Amino acid sequence: MNPPVATPFFFYLLAGTMIIGGILVITRKNAVHSAMALITTLLAQAALYLMLYAPFVAGVQIILYAGGIMVLFLFVIMLINLERNMKERQFNRQWLVGIATAAALGGLFIAVYTATTRGKVLFPEGRMSYVEADNTQKIAGLLFDRGMGQYMFAFEIASLLLLVAIIGAVVMAKKRI
Amino acid sequence: MLHITTLHYLVLGAALFLLGVIGVLTRRNVVIVLMSIELILNAVNLNLVAFSRYWQGIHGPTALHGQVFAIFVITDAAAEAAVGLGILIAFFRNKETVNMDEVNLLKW
Amino acid sequence: MHDLILYIQSYLDSDRTPGGAGNVFWATVYILLVFGGLSVAVIAMNWLERKILAHMQVRLGPMRVGPHGLLQPIADAIKLLLKEDIIPAEADKLVFWIAPFIVVLAAFTVFVVVPFGPTHAITDMNIGILFMLGVSSLSVLGIVTAGWASNSHYPLIGALRSSAQMVSYEVAMGLAVLSVILMTSLNATGTGTLSMIGIVQAQLTQGEWFIFKFFPLGLIGFFIFAIAMVAETNRAPFDLPEAESELTAGFHTEYSGFRWSLFFLAEYSAMIAVSSIAVTLWLGGWLRPFPNWLSGDRWDLVFSLFPGITFVLLALMCFYNTARMPKHPLFKIQTIGLAGFGAVLGLIGLLLFWTPVRVRVTDIFWFAAKVAGFMYLYIWYRGTFPRYRFDQLMKVGWKILLPMGLALLILTAGMGMRTELWAQLQGVWRGQ
Repeated sequence: MNPPVATPFFFYLLAGTMIIGGILVITRKNAVHSAMALITTLLAQAALYLMLYAPFVAGVQIILYAGGIMVLFLFVIMLINLERNMKERQFNRQWLVGIATAAALGGLFIAVYTATTRGKVLFPEGRMSYVEADNTQKIAGLLFDRGMGQYMFAFEIASLLLLVAIIGAVVMAKKRI
Repeated sequence: MLHITTLHYLVLGAALFLLGVIGVLTRRNVVIVLMSIELILNAVNLNLVAFSRYWQGIHGPTALHGQVFAIFVITDAAAEAAVGLGILIAFFRNKETVNMDEVNLLKW
Repeated sequence: MHDLILYIQSYLDSDRTPGGAGNVFWATVYILLVFGGLSVAVIAMNWLERKILAHMQVRLGPMRVGPHGLLQPIADAIKLLLKEDIIPAEADKLVFWIAPFIVVLAAFTVFVVVPFGPTHAITDMNIGILFMLGVSSLSVLGIVTAGWASNSHYPLIGALRSSAQMVSYEVAMGLAVLSVILMTSLNATGTGTLSMIGIVQAQLTQGEWFIFKFFPLGLIGFFIFAIAMVAETNRAPFDLPEAESELTAGFHTEYSGFRWSLFFLAEYSAMIAVSSIAVTLWLGGWLRPFPNWLSGDRWDLVFSLFPGITFVLLALMCFYNTARMPKHPLFKIQTIGLAGFGAVLGLIGLLLFWTPVRVRVTDIFWFAAKVAGFMYLYIWYRGTFPRYRFDQLMKVGWKILLPMGLALLILTAGMGMRTELWAQLQGVWRGQ
């Protein structure tokens, strides 16, 4: 089977959307504009997951992140009054140090990359099997199957974590306990 | 440049991670800091899923460990966002502001 | 020209959806067809809602604009397009402009995976039902931003209430859908499927619609979903956030003209979308009634006559009403219009009796007929039930539907695995 021919175009389009969305998230004064930019980034990321032949993770990203977490963020932004905050200073006093730290981190990434490659390809392409027709079933196999499933314990711990988070959020947001 | 390899996804993930780190370190508004944390988590997820595709090429079509890990990260991000926003609401109720520099009662 | 017909025929005889075959041209054709069909359906729903509500309330509804008000939706559309576009003074212009588009985008993107037949979907994603639930939850974002951008109290409260209601009932919907996904795995290989076409094919191979499976579990799941989907689309009796006597039209108060019509379009499309989920999951999708019990060529022929018979009956109703029109010179245009409309319907009905068309249309017809039944139910609920108060609404969503959904999920899983569970229990007995 031939690989899809439009891949570089869509990859660069989605990557550009994500980078622009990320820059808008961290620079907007209005928190609602930031949230809308983050929603765009998350939806572009779901499309990138589809390009990586991970449809189940893309579906989970749309439902949980864009349809759940961002709704939560928008609710909270609308419940607290940010009018006065929009007229104040947006960046804190150590913003220069922050950008220098991030630049140092970026330099670290580049240094690690050039130190380990030194001429050879870091991630050689293997035998790519372009199947996605049973991606969900395979993930379910890894999670639940008795034979090859190894993440059942992590699944149960995650559900316990969600329970703790629900109780914690309810207690934190109550006026009187 | 034109053939999209794993490295392209990793570079994109690194760029998003750096944007998120800049957001966390420079903004005053707690909501925007929380959104930058979500950006960081998304960058990590992108790395995981890209590596899962790479691993699939080597170890056969059922080696989807990266994707399972990404699902767990998304679940954790949801839990953390909920608790973080609960803390934010409690914080706002006490001090009527959402700026992080103004919570400095414990400073000497 | 002959090559074109051969090309179209060779495509129609294929056994994959356009998205599955990677065929961009046919996918675009299907997208345009679905878009057009959806717009026509929304216009028809507008007329039907006003007429059916009127007849339920013992009055006549629109009668003037066309014969029996048939041109009323077109008049409404022209009025909305020509209205002045008012934006509140202090509203956030960018967000105000974007909000209706988010809702419309979410409502229309859902139709990419809706299966009108075994190969008649735009594409058949592996995660079909997950995609539909996820994208329909994106419309909550549009509603919240619409209420926020209007910069006034009533829309904000309406938006927050509406989105809280939608998010609550999404949980109940998800649980009911999960119980159906469990039922799809009761086949030889033991693997279920999330794809919409796969779910209908599972109903075909298992020989019964999922609404009747493990009676009454399928029925209870169907009822939970039917109630949750009415709440999800903010329709009566769950329409407190947009009721005129309560909140002056809720989150779309400040929207006028074309922007309001986008919200209206999105609401009706969302209704059709969740009805198609219900039809696909519980009522057998495009399957005709009794596909396994009354099987065979003779019964296939009988059931494939239904589309043509429906249109011919509608045409006969038009002609009967033409005969009942008042014999006054001012009514001449309306009489001719109604007779013309009846003639068009009759011609379509006669076309649907012709064999090549009949064989291909029968799947789409049964799917559309079931969805039309659901639309009638929506209008019936609006005309019959009193409105829920908001705290009663949230109580129903969280305290009644959610526990029922959880119990349904556990019982369905237990019933599906009953032989293995029984063997394990017997093993435990004997082990003692």
